Amino acid sequence: MVVYGVYIVSKSGGLIFNLDHNVPKIETEKTFSYPLDIKLRYENKKIVVEFGQRDGIHVGHVLYAINGLPITGRQLDDGRDAFEVLENKDNYPLNLKFGRPKMTTNEKIFLASMFYPLFAIASQLSPEPKSSGIEVLEADTFKLHCFQTLTGVKMMVVADRNQAGVEILLKRIYEIYADYALKNPFYSLEMPIRCELFDLNLKSILDQLEKSGISNI
Amino acid sequence: MSRASTRFDTKKVNSELVTLTYGALVTQMIKDLDNTDDVSKQLERLGYNMGVRLIEDFLAKTGTGRCLDLKDTADKIQSAFRMYLGVQPNVANWSAAGDEFSFILDTNPLTDLVELPDELKSLKYCNVICGVIRGALEMVQLDVQSWIVQDQLKGDQNTEIRVKFIRRLEDAMPAGED
Repeated sequence: MVVYGVYIVSKSGGLIFNLDHNVPKIETEKTFSYPLDIKLRYENKKIVVEFGQRDGIHVGHVLYAINGLPITGRQLDDGRDAFEVLENKDNYPLNLKFGRPKMTTNEKIFLASMFYPLFAIASQLSPEPKSSGIEVLEADTFKLHCFQTLTGVKMMVVADRNQAGVEILLKRIYEIYADYALKNPFYSLEMPIRCELFDLNLKSILDQLEKSGISNI
Repeated sequence: MSRASTRFDTKKVNSELVTLTYGALVTQMIKDLDNTDDVSKQLERLGYNMGVRLIEDFLAKTGTGRCLDLKDTADKIQSAFRMYLGVQPNVANWSAAGDEFSFILDTNPLTDLVELPDELKSLKYCNVICGVIRGALEMVQLDVQSWIVQDQLKGDQNTEIRVKFIRRLEDAMPAGED
């Protein structure tokens, strides 16, 4: 019963706010000896586990550090190439740190703008005239709830499949947006929301939701 | 909606505070711009900018749906007057085509303590309201024109604000709402 994230997309389709909430951080560290029994691949500027899932290291996890040295792209912080280090027998045993990939802000902006046409397509695909766009998108690990206001702003909440009362939460987020973002004279419409009061109030209702359920927010 | 209304009630302020702050704003604008017409125009623009933000507050607090005719719109603006200014204007003077109507206010909180000096007789003191109506309706894809017909400050019995429907902004309609 958790909320994973909150996104707000403006009328023109740009991501104007996102909040990661309560996504458990999964990281595993393990010492390996030569030869490495996990297949790694370099893609999208990350070193990803391609095959060989074990001990909490899953396919799709990303290599974050070798012997405590963080990796950026495929380069270690001391300038060496990560794959060269991994292939050299003399370097072993090696301590590798894997973790779940984190979404960068750019990727979030990209995904948010991708949802926008999807929403529009859904309303056009509908067999009935005057259909709304996507309101709930369900997957086996989460549910995405979307609420579009009459002015075209979309509030989205990614939550656990069993999380109840997300519709009420979305309305509350809209009220907070109207109160703390729009009434802030220094916030300009359609721009990313950087208002501390908005953040604080949003976090407080999310906390309340988790502590005492939907009836109190 | 009992939850929303109780929350709203707690934030009531004395209308004189609004009257005085608005008065201070208009006075400052008259000092800054020496042309009365410019002041009226700026007040309308100011109202427009307030309207485009205020509409979200109105929608979030009342949870109202999209309106499909102008009568509906008039009703909703009437309730917005009650919410934000604490007055209940009458909706009257419908045009034959049903695309124009007036709000008649017998009291106007913005002008409560105000008399217009002679040299400012052409000032549209409450033009901000016209701007708010235009801005707010534009955000829900209705293009309207709004102006003051009668003004208590100019010796009329009531304040009358006229609203004229121009068109629906179809191209600005968000997907899934049209």
